[in-house]
This record gives sequence, C-alpha cells and structure tokens, in this order.
Amino acid sequence: MATELGPTPVKSPASGGTPVHHAPKGVGEDNRIASQGRWASWLLAPTIIALATVIVYPIISAIVMSFQKDAGLDPATGLFTAGGSAGIQNYVNWLAQQCSAPDGGTVACPPGTLGGQFWSATATTFFFTIVTVAFETVLGFWMAMIMAREFRGRSLVRAAVLVPWAIPTAVTAKLWFFIFAFEGIANKLFNTTILWTGSEWPAKWAVVIADVWKTTPFMALLILAGLQMIPAEVYEAAKVDGTTAWQRFRLITLPLVKPALMVAILFRTLDALRMFDLPYILTGGANNTTTLSILVINQIRQGFNSAAALSTITFIIIFLVAFIFVRFLGANVVEQSGATGKGKK
Amino acid sequence: MKTPRFLLPAATAGILALTLSACGGGGGGTTGGGGGSDADANMDARGPITFVQGKDNNNVIRPLIEKWNAAHKDEQVTFKEQTDQADQQHDDLVQHFQAKQSDYDVADVDVVWTAEFAAKGWLQPLKDKMAIDTSAMLPATVQSATYKGTLYAAPRTSDGGILFYRKDLVPNPPKTWDEMMGMCSIAKQNNIGCYAGQFSKYEGLTVNASEAINSAGGSVLNKDGKPNLNTAEAKAGLENLAKAYADGNIPKEAITYKEEDSRQAFQSGKLLFLRNWPYVYSLMSTEGSSAVKDKFGMAALPGKSGPGASSLGGHNTAVSVYSKHKATALDFVKFLTSEESEKFYATQGSLAPVLGALYTDQELVAKLPYLPVLKTSIENAVPRPVTPFYPAVTKAIQDNAYSAIKGEKTVETALSDMQKSIESAGAGS
Amino acid sequence: MTTATADATTLRARQDKGRKAAQNREKWAQGRTYISALIVLLWCLAPAYWMVVTAFREVGFTYDTSILPTHVTLDNFRTAFDTSFGNRFGQALLNSVFIGGVVTVVSLLIGVFAAYALARLNFRGKFLVLGFILGASMFPGVALITPLFQLFTNIGWMGTYQALIIPNISFVLPLTVYTMTSFFREMPWELEESARVDGCTQGQAFRKVIMPLAAPAIFTTAILAFISSWNEFLIASQLSSDATQPVTVAIANFAGAQPNQIPYTAIMAAGTIVTIPLVILVLVFQRKIVAGLTAGAVK
Repeated sequence: MATELGPTPVKSPASGGTPVHHAPKGVGEDNRIASQGRWASWLLAPTIIALATVIVYPIISAIVMSFQKDAGLDPATGLFTAGGSAGIQNYVNWLAQQCSAPDGGTVACPPGTLGGQFWSATATTFFFTIVTVAFETVLGFWMAMIMAREFRGRSLVRAAVLVPWAIPTAVTAKLWFFIFAFEGIANKLFNTTILWTGSEWPAKWAVVIADVWKTTPFMALLILAGLQMIPAEVYEAAKVDGTTAWQRFRLITLPLVKPALMVAILFRTLDALRMFDLPYILTGGANNTTTLSILVINQIRQGFNSAAALSTITFIIIFLVAFIFVRFLGANVVEQSGATGKGKK
Repeated sequence: MKTPRFLLPAATAGILALTLSACGGGGGGTTGGGGGSDADANMDARGPITFVQGKDNNNVIRPLIEKWNAAHKDEQVTFKEQTDQADQQHDDLVQHFQAKQSDYDVADVDVVWTAEFAAKGWLQPLKDKMAIDTSAMLPATVQSATYKGTLYAAPRTSDGGILFYRKDLVPNPPKTWDEMMGMCSIAKQNNIGCYAGQFSKYEGLTVNASEAINSAGGSVLNKDGKPNLNTAEAKAGLENLAKAYADGNIPKEAITYKEEDSRQAFQSGKLLFLRNWPYVYSLMSTEGSSAVKDKFGMAALPGKSGPGASSLGGHNTAVSVYSKHKATALDFVKFLTSEESEKFYATQGSLAPVLGALYTDQELVAKLPYLPVLKTSIENAVPRPVTPFYPAVTKAIQDNAYSAIKGEKTVETALSDMQKSIESAGAGS
Repeated sequence: MTTATADATTLRARQDKGRKAAQNREKWAQGRTYISALIVLLWCLAPAYWMVVTAFREVGFTYDTSILPTHVTLDNFRTAFDTSFGNRFGQALLNSVFIGGVVTVVSLLIGVFAAYALARLNFRGKFLVLGFILGASMFPGVALITPLFQLFTNIGWMGTYQALIIPNISFVLPLTVYTMTSFFREMPWELEESARVDGCTQGQAFRKVIMPLAAPAIFTTAILAFISSWNEFLIASQLSSDATQPVTVAIANFAGAQPNQIPYTAIMAAGTIVTIPLVILVLVFQRKIVAGLTAGAVK
C-alpha cells in the first residue's frame, strides 16, 4: 500500500488526530501507471530539453575534444598545426602530473607548469568545499532559526541576511580584495599585519571567510523554508510533554528539516567544488589557493583540448562526491517511492 | 511502468543536431594551418570595419574614430570596447578568432600576445601589399610585433618601467642596483620601506622579474627562442630581488603588491623607491591623498652598470585574417599609427608614443615632463619573451620567481625549474 | 479552614512564582534572540557597510581606512551612471532585472512541472531523470564558455537576450527542480484529495489548496533563481553585447581614469545601487517567504 517517504508522520494530538504531516502515497498507482508515464514525459520534457541543449551538448563536445592533442608548433613555419588524436594521453598527463619533454616523451611536470598542480588543486578544492560548507551549514541553520522566530525588527533581519548574497560576485570579490589588502580595513581593525593574500594559510582563510560571508544566505534561506514547513502545533505539543529545547531541536527540528537541509548541502557542495570567482579575484590562485576551475581557465589559455580533459576529470570527481553523498549520507534526493525509506536515520 | 518513451530519442536527436551544426562552424581548439588562404582573401576589399580595444580610459580612441568617420563616409569604423582587464581582453579576442569570426577587423593587441596570435594564424602579415613603414618607430616596439621575421602588427603605444624616487630624501637617483641598495640606510633612518615593484603572482611579476634578469645582463630566452636561464647573469638578477626581500629592503607586504598597491604605498610616503609605469605620475601629483606631491622624481631603472632594461609595455594594432575589408583596415591602422595620432595619444592620454622623434618634441615634453626619462627607458627596454607559448612561459616565470623572492626555494632551483617548465611548454602539446 | 486558606495562598504564591519564573525565562529567551539577531546583523552588514562608506568616498582617498565616512561625495554614483564613455550602467540594471525576471518565471514554471512529476507520479526511469538533472550541476561552468560561444554564434544568437536567458535557466533548473521536489514530497496531498472529494477539479485543488501551502517553497526558489541569475558573470561576459549586457558585466567594464587604476569607489557605488532593489524586493516579499502552514489554509 502506501510506502513511506520522508520523515515519520507526526500526529498532533491536540488537533483531534488529523495528520498534519504526511508522506505522499503513490496515489492509485496500480490503475494509472501508464498515463502517469506519459504525463511525466510531458511535464519533464522542457527541463530535459533545456538541460540537454545548454549543458549536455557542451559536455559532449568537451569530451570529444579531450581526446585530441593540443595544437603543436611546426618549427618550420612557426605556425600552430592541429594535433592529432591523443587517446587518453591528456587524462594520463593530468593524473600522473606529466608534461611533454623536449625530446618527445613525457617527464614529471616541473614546478611552474599547470600540469604539476593537479593534485594540489584537488586538495585545495576539497579543503575549501568541506570548510565552507561546514561553516555555512552551521551558520545558515543558526540564522534560519533566528529568522523564524517572532520578534520586533525581524523583517529587517531577514532583509539584512540576504544582502551578502545579493551583492554581485564581481563587487563582493573586489570588496574583499580591498578589505584584505595589506593596508586595508581588516588589518587596521584588528591591528594586525597579516599578509592576507601573500601567504598560504591567511590566503586560504581569506577565501573561506569571503565565501562563507557571501553564500551563507543561500543556506539560511533554504533551511528557513524547510523550517516553515514544520507546524507550530508540533512544538507546542512537545513543550507540553516536557521536552527541553535541545531535545526538541534534535527530535523534531532536525528530522523534519532534513529534506530541505540535504538539498541545500548537496547543491552548495556541488557549487563549492566548482568554486572559481572568489579565489581567482582575491588571490589569483597564488599560495596554494588554486581550485580545479581556476586550473581549467588557466589551461584553456594554453591548450583547449587538455583543458577539456581536465574539465571532464573534474566532472567525474564531482560526480563521485555527489554519488557518495546521496548513497551513504541518506540524502533523499534521488529516491523513488518504494526505495529505502529513511526510517532509521 | 511506461518509460518516457519519446523523450530519450528526442533529446538524443536534438543533441546530435546541435553537435553537427556546431562542428560545421569550427569546433574549439586551434587549427592555425589554414592561415594561408585566409590571409590572401579580401586584401583589396573596402567597407565598414570594427575596431576592438580594451577600455579607453583616457578617451583617445573615440575622438580619433570620429575624425576618421567624418572623412570616410563609406568606410565607417565601429568601436567595440572590452573591459580593462588584460585577461578578459585576451580571452575575448581568442573566442572570436577561434570561431573565425569576421566581426573584429582591427584589434588592439597587447605586446605579449602578438606572437601567440600570429602563430595561430589569426593576424594578417603586414608585408607586401599590406606593408607599413616602421622605420621611425622605436626598435624595441617593432621587435615585439615581429614573429619569425615577419611583422604581424603595427606598434601603436608603448610603455616602459620608471624608477620613482623621493627627491626630498635622495637628491640624485641611483644608477645601479647596488647603489640603490646602498641608499636603503636613508629609508631605514626615515622609517620607511626602501624599494618596491609589483611582486604579486600575476603578469606584473613577470615584468619585474624579467627586468631584474635582463638588467643584470641575462635573458629569459635566447635568440632562437629557447630558454636560457641557467646563466650566472640571470642568477645575479633574480638574486637581487630575493636578497632584498630577505634583508627587508623590499618590505614584506610588497609580495601582495600590484600596480595600484605599490603606487598607494609610495604615494602615502611609505617607500623611498618605486618601480612602476608612468601612469602613476598624474595621480601622484594630483590626488587629494597624495603625500608626495612635489617630492618625487622619475629616473630610468637602475641596471648593472648603467640604465637597467625595463620590460616593454604597450599595445600593437593588428588586422584580423578573417576581416572582410582588409584594405580599409590597413588604412585605419596607418591612421592610428600616424604622427598626428601618436601626438594625440601623448597629449590627450599621457600614453607613450612609438615614434622616437616625438620624445624630443617641445610641445609634448611640456605636457609630459618625464618624456626624456621614458625615452631612455624604452630605448633600453627588452620585450618580455616573444613566444607563441607566452601564457605558459609567463606562468613558469611567475610561479618560480614568486617562490624565489619569498625564499621558498633557492634562486638556482627557481631558475632551473623555470628553464624546465619553459622547455616543457615549448615541446608542443 | 485556615489550613485550606493557607494552602490556597501557598499554592497561589507558588503559582505566581512559577509564572514569574516562566516570564523571566521568556524574557531571557527574548533577550537572547535579540542579541543573536544583533550578531547576525553585524556579521551580514559590516562588510556591506564598508562597501557603502567607500562608495561615498572621494576617489583620491580610496584607501583611507577611517571607519566613519570621510571625504563624502556623490561623485562615484554620478560616475557609475555616466554614459559619456560608453558605460551603460542604467541600461545594464534594466537588463539584469529583465533577464532575472524571465529566468525566474520560466524556471519556476518548468521546475514546478518537473517537480510535480518527480514527487507525485510514478514512472520508470525516475532515478535516471533525477540523476541527469543533478548531473547538469556537476560540470565546471568555466569550461562551458567556449562551446556555448560557438553554439550561439552558429545559430546567430550572439548578443541577444535569449542567449543570456537560456543558459541561466539551465543553470538554475537543477536547484529549482530539486527544491520543489523535496517540498512537494512534504506536502499534505491528502488535502488535495479531500478538496476533490468536496467537488474541486484536480487543477482547482492544486491551485487553491496546495499552492498556498507551497508558497514559502515557491518564493524561496524564486529568490534563489533570481539572485543566481543576477550574479552570473562568466557566460554573460562572453555572450552579451553592449545593449544586452547585465549589471555584472557592466561593473566589470568600469575603469579608472588611468590604465591600471582600479576604480574601487565606482565599483562600490555600483554595488550599493544594485543591492537596494533586491533588499526592497525581499522586504516586500518576506512575509510570503516565511508564511507557514497555517491552520486556516488547512481548513
């Protein structure tokens, strides 16, 4: 019969047993499966077509190009001529950090080439992702809880929370660059002489701070929407039952907000893995703040086919992360009805 | 149970159609081999053209274009303005040229991209029918526009590094690097930094590092375009910077400096010597917050035993091989590089002209008192490596010079890594 | 008799104490809320404050680090809107609003359809479709520029509005679909059922019962879509023309009076101008964002 999806329905005792929260059932599936399939096709068609055109086509063309060699210089004419097929050489070069040697073979990439930066860029990207998403989730949750409360001036707080995200990235990046300049306001305010963009860890934290400031509103907004779906009666009932605030948070808020939270974290993670604007403008990728996207852009200027290979590798990395996320962290984002429910979590 | 049946085939068909249509139009990647036929086409055609350039800060191009348009009713020039970011300008040109678009006829090309674009077959060789006269132009500027013996662009504006110094503290500017380092005691007495250039990890570092290497007698590439960094001179040059940073003569924060930050430091009185481009002259003399208004002088960069080799800046103007009206384009290029226009660049925009004679022109010197100094600078200038692999070469220089200056590796290791990276870049794919 | 009164008095006294204690706890909780709200305000607005202060500062004093406004001037705002040197900031603002609006409306529409199918309908290949939609968010955007540039050049759409709108819709769709799907799954659909039992058609039931409950989700998604489109720079910088460029490209086109000079003050002024309409939009719609499940709607 009805399969359960989502959190266990909470019946509010006070309102006479009317369930206010319910998992959707597969309504009349046995009878209407065929027409549902056709319905679904029509409803999904615009989405699929939009995505196929703008994103799938470039991905396919990039993958095709990644199997070509970059143009080489013909020593006689001094002009670039199209390289031939490269097979998987581009991929191997990136993963093994190999570069072309003058005598025709490959050699370990010396410092100062893009090829030698693949693994450090991957590590940096993961560092940024994990740290920024962690901070943004915690801060975003806290802000969402505050925004959901009743107090005077809360509309001001709600508007203020969106300001960091509403300012275009172009301005935000320059603003933080300005703030973190050696003679900028950050050093002045805290009476420090930190070389924010000039040494490794200050630069990394500068990027983290700027990104957390800018993107926490995204998390806060999604989590707030999730919080709004929890009816007040549930909390009332729990208070009557004598629970502490922490228990209410743990047993009511967290489980009920989990769907929205998971969507927020998943998408934020995907975005963070592709981080580009902020580190590029703040530090130019110096001092070990080069992310994979920055590496791609730099490589595009040196040879497009190799850049296509790197983009595909990045794509695969991100895919693996998303896969692990969905599979093992129980994000109910790709579940179908009848699949593993989330009862235990 | 019913899969969305028609969806998958429809999407696949759509994607295939798009892929085919796009492939027909020239998919990505560079295929410069076809330059021959493109270069021969449309050489006599006349008609309206588009001129593309980065931000016209000083408002010099618009009046010139208006002037041209008034005199050429059937060959109007449209101005396409890019941003003032060099990277964006470069990528924008690459996108259009790679797609073999004919919408950019005449393009303003930074001196360091000319070889790259020429090697990709995007620039019209300026020879035979399309030749221009470069005899009156400063040799270094012509060198930057030449690739494999052929001229591919017309030098239009130039730029050279200048040493700014506090004339209230140091009446006579130093002629050599060692002399300048010797004067650092004066800086210490006054509690300010001694010397700064642009040492953040970006193109400006390539400029400064090349200057250091070239001024000490070394060079990044040899005559055949191969890297030549494992020399004593190159080591001495880079060592100058590394040692000064370690000793504190270059303040620690200079590692974050770009042009504006270094200008700001000197302008607020925190530096004794500054290496920068001439553009800072008007800002330092007129900005409200400037603490050095009448206290600074300008001189040629210090070298080993005389004026140092500054890195050449500036822009060249090139004709696209895909242009449909090349005869008009060529005439426009000649117009932009005529003596009258060059003078206008100097008077209106404070931009350094490429015609040597103008540097002693009375009218110009009155307007830009630093013109003689700039002339010395450009006469002794060495272009940054003229190579089609410039993006890779500049990265090799930046990364390793940055580490060397910060003391993260020895100068020898840095130069050797630079050498290997440049060799690897030139090795092809 | 006296013991009873005494008991009653003590009981009342204890009740009063209990009530007072509860009131105190309430006050403490309110106080904590206000303090937290203040911290949130400070965190969010401090850098924005610095942006505004710099926007009002004279260009010659850009690097002044006094916290209070000094050398106040409106020049930067005038510069931002100045059209004499090819700046088109005003036009760009309108472009951004137009593009953002279209992107939001279209992606919401498409997203709601898709989300309804994914949340409510049962069909084979759902997992695949969900994976496909998510997969579209996994490719580095920076690598899409060149193929998109060539695609739009080939079909002659360079510099048109659709060249900016369609990619933005595609970037925003995965998030829209997933958010709406996740919210639709939490909806009390049996209310729709009971409405239909009461005589509404499926469409009416959807519109009158479900949509109001989904309002927070829809408005939240709308804001997310709008701001994502607002912030987009890379694709816009390549595919837009002078007439269609959005605000992000226009700001990147600001330049100082001299080459190499970064016009911080003008950029900050532009940032300030750009933020104001968004803040107003949010203030106007913020009730809708936080509308919860009210008993009234259920009834």
